Amino acid sequence: MNELAISYDTSIPNNVGLSDDRRLLKALQKWHPNYLSWWQSMGPEGFQDSMVYLRTAVGVDPKGWAKFDYVRMPDYRWGILLAPRDENRTIPFGNHLGEPVWQDIPGEYRSMLRRLVVIQGDTEPASVEQQRFLGATAPSLYDLRNLFQVNVEEARHLWAMVYLLQKYFGRDGREESEDLLVRRSGDEDKPRMLGAFNESTPDWLSFFMFTYFTDRDGKMQLESLAQSGFDPLARTTRFMLTEEAHHMFVGESGVSRVIQRTCEAMNAAGISDPNDIENIRALGVVDLPTLQKKANLHYALSLDLFGSEISTNAANAFSAGIKGRYHETKIDDDHRLLDSTYPVLKMVDGKPTLVDEPALTAINMRLRDDYTADADKGLGRWNKVIKKLGVEFSFTLPNVAFHRAIGEFANIQASPAGTIIDEATWVANYDKWLPSSDDNLFITSLMKPCHEVGQYANWIAAPKVPINSQPGDFEFVRIAA
Amino acid sequence: MSEFIRQHLIDPEICIRCYTCEETCPIDAITHNDDNVVVDASICNYCMDCISPCPTGSIDHWRVVRTAWSLEEQYEWDDLPEQEEFAEDSASELAEAFDDAANALIAEAHSGAGGRTPAPISAAQASVNLFGRSSPGIGTVQGNYRVTEAESESDVRHIIIGLGQTSFPVLEGQTVGVAPPGVKADGKANDIRLYSISSSRDGEKRNGNNISLTVKRETQGLCSNYLCDLVAGDQVELVGPFGNTFLMPNDPNANILMICTGTGSAPFRGFTERRRRAMPGANGEFVLYFGARTPGELPYAKQLGKLPATLLTQNLVYSREENQAQEYVQDRIQQHESFIQKMLMDENTHVFICGVKGMEKGVDEALTEICEHNSVDWQSQKASMRDAGRFHVETY
Repeated sequence: MNELAISYDTSIPNNVGLSDDRRLLKALQKWHPNYLSWWQSMGPEGFQDSMVYLRTAVGVDPKGWAKFDYVRMPDYRWGILLAPRDENRTIPFGNHLGEPVWQDIPGEYRSMLRRLVVIQGDTEPASVEQQRFLGATAPSLYDLRNLFQVNVEEARHLWAMVYLLQKYFGRDGREESEDLLVRRSGDEDKPRMLGAFNESTPDWLSFFMFTYFTDRDGKMQLESLAQSGFDPLARTTRFMLTEEAHHMFVGESGVSRVIQRTCEAMNAAGISDPNDIENIRALGVVDLPTLQKKANLHYALSLDLFGSEISTNAANAFSAGIKGRYHETKIDDDHRLLDSTYPVLKMVDGKPTLVDEPALTAINMRLRDDYTADADKGLGRWNKVIKKLGVEFSFTLPNVAFHRAIGEFANIQASPAGTIIDEATWVANYDKWLPSSDDNLFITSLMKPCHEVGQYANWIAAPKVPINSQPGDFEFVRIAA
Repeated sequence: MSEFIRQHLIDPEICIRCYTCEETCPIDAITHNDDNVVVDASICNYCMDCISPCPTGSIDHWRVVRTAWSLEEQYEWDDLPEQEEFAEDSASELAEAFDDAANALIAEAHSGAGGRTPAPISAAQASVNLFGRSSPGIGTVQGNYRVTEAESESDVRHIIIGLGQTSFPVLEGQTVGVAPPGVKADGKANDIRLYSISSSRDGEKRNGNNISLTVKRETQGLCSNYLCDLVAGDQVELVGPFGNTFLMPNDPNANILMICTGTGSAPFRGFTERRRRAMPGANGEFVLYFGARTPGELPYAKQLGKLPATLLTQNLVYSREENQAQEYVQDRIQQHESFIQKMLMDENTHVFICGVKGMEKGVDEALTEICEHNSVDWQSQKASMRDAGRFHVETY
């Protein structure tokens, strides 16, 4: 079988030889209608019949996986696509370092793996649910198309996880697969599993910030799973990462275009003070301090997704060879972490202090640090846009102790600079550091759809290069198809 | 080679540093530091593998330079440098640098053969790179005809372009480049697209100094819509010709096996015209396997219907014809097992495959199976045919 090409001989496009595995095919075909009804009821609201210029993978090799054409979203070919198999791959870390990777799940790691796959799987449909009403206020057809691309690919990532559940976890896997379609983002009775995925995504600024900060957590998790000794998981997540890069792009370029538009409007109006909020808002653009507050919020929510700084679960998954570190194979150490330490920021005598902890139990902390470094670089690029347009302002990431609900700093309050403060100070400054209800009302007031071909809402700049080198006045979505 | 280099660069202003290109590059030509992701001009071979996985549009940038920008210089950039202006007298060398990219595209289209493929030994010598982008050949449209049924979904055009007094020598199987007028979103001229010539070397009309192209209208396809909308009298800029391996054997004893789908038939139309005009009564087999969804979508169906069986053996297969089982070219090839096996073992046989990427896989599997039944290893047989210039693939 040619693993680079995708087979269309079943109703589910795949490169995993589905037609030769009747049991699995049957299970997935049983799940498929439930999935489609989930998509119809919880997917993008109001655009299910529109023709969207989407990319679909027709192969997992570089040339094949980005085929652009108009598709109705319910007709998108969701499939099961794994990165090509490396016959000589060995487990790159943990107690099984150097052993050949597993093609099946070792019994002793079954429940640990199941949990990881279910948690990852749960986030995928959750974000589709969170974003389902955004289409109605899209600032352009280009952005609308990007939203839908993100949505169909997150939904494909659900397929990727369901494939693993159905193929390797028997009856438990089938039940988990069904449950993934039952939980709902923000639902009181049956919420999604992780906090940030139950928050609402009420406006496009939140969407851009979510794809920048929260999808970046997803990227880090996928990077760690792509190191896994369980090869089907590694190959699945490896291919998902290629798609995830587009989601990062939507977030980074989205915020960047908002910044660019704001600075351009300030310059045109002769406003040099970025804190002249009232006059800047009167121009119909988002002032930079409000953007900083949005970044504060989404960064803090996303840090919580990394869990406790010190975690035996994470240590066990590492030792077992199930979940590695970001860029594991590029790290120069013993890849077992039996004796090494890692500096962890903890509360010591009421102050955030770096403490050396066993590196094995500090796996989450390390991944979170890698995340912060990755996220911070994007802020640097946003700051270049501001500087280029001559405005005196720069974005900074808040301290990791700021506005946290999980881990070392869950029970204290800290300023964005990292100073520990009392509750009264926190309450007094809340609206200065996080979006206030006034800020949110203002943002909401900007959210008017701009669905004319080649036009962009006043608060966001046109992209420098649209998708697939298409011209700026390309009709990225044919809404009434 | 010219003294110019067409250097592949990544726009640091758009790039989000996801490193997908770096992961994708098969020869490690892409690297990064804390600031930028950059391409090493001394390694990059224009394979283009990195282009489509890039989520941002930052990857597809090019500058013609005399001296390549070093990695260190690229690391310092906040945005891309402007294209340097060169003096008039370097125009032809400059054009050649652009042609390197066109040739890289062709190399990619030919990669399905699995390795470097020389031209058939008997093929005529092809001229390449005569007209570059800065000095294109100017053609005038003489006709534009639809060659699929009017009611079918597939709008394929036969476009005849006269070259007046311009000498633009071509061989069957070569391609020309067309740049649709206008500029991209970044203000730079549109990229060229390559099209196979579907006429024979002495013209669509003999000695008419014209060529024909076979173009399918693609939804929102910039260049295909431009070409399909041309009317007689319109001027069109041509660059090239390109390609010096996918060429017709100039030998009446050669068996020529042509396998195609859709507009992949273009070079074979040229082959057929050449055979009809120059080699009447040729001994070699001349066989076409041609697939389309329906008869109405098969380009040149009417014209094919008029060709005598003594000239061309036609196998037209349809995958979506009502009341008929789905059939692909590879299915028909398998039905003809003994004939195909005999052909593959004959040293006079040349195989040409042209059409959409993915077709070659089905054909390859069919040939593998046929060979297996006869205890022949197709992969090694293919390699030896390829090395002898007798196995050619052009897919896109």
